[in-house]
Amino acid sequence: MTQALTIRDLRKVYPGGFEALKGIDIDVAEGDFFALLGPNGAGKSTTIGIITSLVNKTSGRVAVFGHDIDTDLAAAKTQIGLVPQEFNFHVFEPVEEIVINQAGYYGIPRPEARRRTERYLKELGLWDKRREQARDLSGGMKRRLMIARALVHEPRLLILDEPTAGVDIEVRRSMWDFLQGINARGTTIILTTHYLEEAESLCRNIAIIDHGQVVENTSMKRLLARLNRETFVLDLAEPVARPPRLPGHPLRQVDELTLEVDVEKGSSLNGLFGELSEHGISVVSLRNKSNRLEELFLDLVKGGTIEREAAS
Amino acid sequence: MSPREQWIAFQSIVIKEVMRFARIWVQTILPPVITTMLYFVIFGNLIGSQIGDVHGLTYMEYIVPGLIMMAVITNSYANTVSSFFGAKFHRHIEEMMVSPTPNYLIVAGFVSGGLARGLSVGLAVSIVSLFFAGLNLHNVLVVVTVAMLTSVLFSLGGLINGVFARTFDHISIVPTFVLQPLTYLGGVFYSIQMLPEFWQGVSLLNPILYMVNGFRYGILGVSDIELWACYGIIIGFIAVLFTFALVLMQRGVGIRN
Repeated sequence: MTQALTIRDLRKVYPGGFEALKGIDIDVAEGDFFALLGPNGAGKSTTIGIITSLVNKTSGRVAVFGHDIDTDLAAAKTQIGLVPQEFNFHVFEPVEEIVINQAGYYGIPRPEARRRTERYLKELGLWDKRREQARDLSGGMKRRLMIARALVHEPRLLILDEPTAGVDIEVRRSMWDFLQGINARGTTIILTTHYLEEAESLCRNIAIIDHGQVVENTSMKRLLARLNRETFVLDLAEPVARPPRLPGHPLRQVDELTLEVDVEKGSSLNGLFGELSEHGISVVSLRNKSNRLEELFLDLVKGGTIEREAAS
Repeated sequence: MSPREQWIAFQSIVIKEVMRFARIWVQTILPPVITTMLYFVIFGNLIGSQIGDVHGLTYMEYIVPGLIMMAVITNSYANTVSSFFGAKFHRHIEEMMVSPTPNYLIVAGFVSGGLARGLSVGLAVSIVSLFFAGLNLHNVLVVVTVAMLTSVLFSLGGLINGVFARTFDHISIVPTFVLQPLTYLGGVFYSIQMLPEFWQGVSLLNPILYMVNGFRYGILGVSDIELWACYGIIIGFIAVLFTFALVLMQRGVGIRN
């Protein structure tokens, strides 16, 4: 399979000696929806900065769809669309002009740039705002504007650095749908986010960076399979004042109509339901609690921190 | 990028830059016109009438080319320094940096924005000057080429200042402490032949003197400097500053970590 992104032994030492990246290797396959996670200051933004040539690397190799950024930078840049973490457009420019000009920087003729701008602004619900200055948009709209701008040259690799930070849940969900749509149409996506639920829902593969090193690089399925227990949320038919004590199935009460239970992986749920029935508790629905990645993430990052502290 | 794609990228930067200063014309075009009008009234009309002729011309006629050139210089510089620093400060320079647009086109695009503003203000000031003095064009080609080359030169200067600037103070230091004194001492208001010999020699070290005199020759047909020296100095400085600006962009000075 074609590699959308290949990173080998990438290092970055900032002036002053801070080593942001300590030789990372990452591969992202074409068509993937890839999560790049890590705590603040882990090196995610530095990695993205190097891929998009906003940061000079110290050493190592980066190739985008086979185009090495040292020898074939212009071709590599053409393949990439970037949605940065912070707003980086001219706030006094009209929305439409920002997107049209961006297309121009990629050599797209103005009539075609206008057509594409209309298409992406409509898809992202910004067409009515096209003549407004960017500073007048809401936070969510500004994020969507940056997505439209990143897509206008139709890149094969879209990099989103915390695209849903600070947006409400409704907008976030609509952005998820939009991103899944363009991924389904063939665009490779790399996503960094602090909302681990987002990464778990959207991404098929994942790399976790901590202190400038890749501490995990695998598929989301494999990573989640490492959990030896799962947490289920039980919605009850009738309220219970206090959850009963069930041996082997410790119940936690979320509210009168909701219980949580941890179940060892591979064990049957039949016994649990039988015991609940014996206590007169009827379950109307059952779902996984979606914080599984969060648990693993904290384990990986904490584990690394503890190992480093022990070594130092 | 193919040559056609590069041309489109260049056009896009120029459109962005021109729209930027055109949107705020009350801040960018109008003030220099009013300031220059005051120069015409105070220096040209009120004080100038006491001075008498210079090179066989009225004082008002003599200072018109210098004042036009002063407006071109300061506005070309101001446009690129504020635009580039603003793009850096608000990070929208990244729009161009992540694109395949070559660095020389980014430099050329910003410089063209400075050129557009410098010439727009120069034209506006020239029109205003018609209310105070007749504007004979001795050599149109010299007028146009000297104005354009000078504007390019100071646009490059502003761009380099913008690259190094880290705060808003840094974008006003050079215009206030370097550009303005050199412009005032560059023969805008006087002929260097009015100075003692020593100060005539010192004045020849001021590059703005060559630009003002080249432009003055184009309009009035009189100059303290040979025309070839004017072109030589301007083109030489452009070559040096363009190369320097390009090296800064390639290295990402001030814009890339």
